[in-house]
Amino acid sequence: MGKLEVQNLMKSFGSNQVLHQLSFSIQDGEFVSILGPSGSGKSTLFNLIGGIMKPDRGSIHLNDRDITGLRGNISYMPQAPSLFPWRTVLQNVLLGEEIAHGKVDEEQARAMIMKAGLEGYEDAYPHELSGGMKQRVSFLRSMKSPQSLLCLDEPFSALDEFTRAEMQKWLLSIWEQHRRSILFVTHNIEEALFLSDRIIVLSQKPAAIKKELVIPFVRPRDEELVLSNAFLEYKTQLYYELRE
Amino acid sequence: MALILLIMVWELASKLFSIQEWLLPAPSSIGQEAIAGWGDYKHHLGATIQLSMMGFVIGSSVGIIVAVCLHLMSVLREALYPLLIISQNIPIIILAPLLVVWFGFGILPKIIVITLVCFFPITIAALDGFRQTSGELKHYMEMAGANKRQIFCKLEWPHALSSLFSGLKIAATYSVMGAVISEWLGASEGMGYYMTLASSSFRTDRVFVAILFIVTLSLLFFTLLSYAERKVVKAPAQQED
Repeated sequence: MGKLEVQNLMKSFGSNQVLHQLSFSIQDGEFVSILGPSGSGKSTLFNLIGGIMKPDRGSIHLNDRDITGLRGNISYMPQAPSLFPWRTVLQNVLLGEEIAHGKVDEEQARAMIMKAGLEGYEDAYPHELSGGMKQRVSFLRSMKSPQSLLCLDEPFSALDEFTRAEMQKWLLSIWEQHRRSILFVTHNIEEALFLSDRIIVLSQKPAAIKKELVIPFVRPRDEELVLSNAFLEYKTQLYYELRE
Repeated sequence: MALILLIMVWELASKLFSIQEWLLPAPSSIGQEAIAGWGDYKHHLGATIQLSMMGFVIGSSVGIIVAVCLHLMSVLREALYPLLIISQNIPIIILAPLLVVWFGFGILPKIIVITLVCFFPITIAALDGFRQTSGELKHYMEMAGANKRQIFCKLEWPHALSSLFSGLKIAATYSVMGAVISEWLGASEGMGYYMTLASSSFRTDRVFVAILFIVTLSLLFFTLLSYAERKVVKAPAQQED
C-alpha cells in the first residue's frame, strides 16, 4: 500500500508564497511526476512530505494516516547521490533500512545490487564509482527503505544525456519488478513523459497545479516510444503548458 | 638531508672553534653519552613514556567527551566555549606549580597538566568536524526520518573522524611536552627530571640526549597515530558536490 493524499497545501516563507493550495493524490503503485520550472517550490513540497517542514495550511495523508509534519514515512532519493563516502556500496544501500528499523537484510541487498548491474562493486567506495553508478546506488538505497512511497527529487538532472536515458530505462525496469508508488519531480518534459502514469504540471511561483495529464502509454515502455507521434503530441502540449 | 647537513656543520663547527662541552657539545659526544648513559636514564625514559601515554589517553578521552557534549547541547556550547579558550590562555608553566600545591607530588597534577594541554586541539578539531558535516547528507538523513542519535552516530561522528585524527596527532606530540613540563616541576623520575638534573650540573650533553629522546618520542607517537588513522578512516575526506 502506498496511497498519498495531499490537500490544500499552503506554504510561505515570510511574504514569499511558495505553494498555493496544492492538492493531488497518488494511487497505490502509481508513478506520478511533478513537472515544473526550476525554482517552482518542488523542493519545498518534498520537505513538507518528508516532514522536515510544516505547512502553513493543508494536510498530507499516507495510507489514510495523517503524516503532516511527521518524519520517516517516505523513502527519499535526493538530487545529488548523497552517498556516505566512508560506507561501501552495500553499506550505503542498507542505510535507509538501517534508519527505519535498525535491522537489515543483507542478502536481499546483495541480490538487488547484482540485478542493478553493479555486481562486483558491493565493497567499493563511492569515490570509485561514476556519476550514473552513484545514482543507481542512491536509488537502490531508497528502494531498500521499507516505506511505501518513494520520493525522487530530480535524480538524473546532473547526468549527461546518454547516461540519463540509460538510467531512465534502468529505473523503469527495477520499478516494474516492485511497483512501489513513486512521486518523481523533474523539469524535463521527456523524462516525465517516458516514466510516468500521470503528470502534474506546476505553475511558476507560487506553485499551484496548472494541469494534470494521464499518460496512457502501455508498459513495459520501449525507448523508441520517445520517437512516436503520440509522444511528440504530448510533448508539444506540455511544452506550451510550461511556457505560458 | 637538511638534518644530516645541519649535524655535520654543527660537528665541524664545534671541532673548529673548540667550543666548550658545557656550552654546546658536539653531536658525536651527545651520541657517545646517549649510549654510555643508557643504564642511567632508561628508567626515566620509561617513566616519561608511561606518563605521556596515560596523559594522552585520559586527555583525549576528555577532549572527545567535551566535544560530543558541546556539540549535542548547543546551550552548553555557547556557555562553555569561551571557557575552553581561557583554559588555553593560562600559561601551563604558571599553573603547574599551583597544581602541585593543590594536589601534591603524585601523579594527579601531572595528568591534569597533560590533559589541559591535550584536550584542546582534540575538542576544537572534533567540534569543527561535527559542524562541517555535509548539509546534503544531513538533509538526506532528515528526509529518511533519522533521529538525532542516528544523525550523530551514522553521519556526524564518522564524518568528524578525519579531523578528529588531526587533533589527536597534535595532542600526541603535546602530551610528551606536557609530561616533560610536569616532570620538571616535581617528580623523582622521568625525562623532565633527568633534564633538570643535567642542566643544573652543566651536563649539556645529557640535556641534548634528553631532547633527542623527547623529539623521537613525539615523532613515534605521531607516526603511530597516522598509522591508526589510515586503518580507521576508510574513505578520503573529500567533499562531494
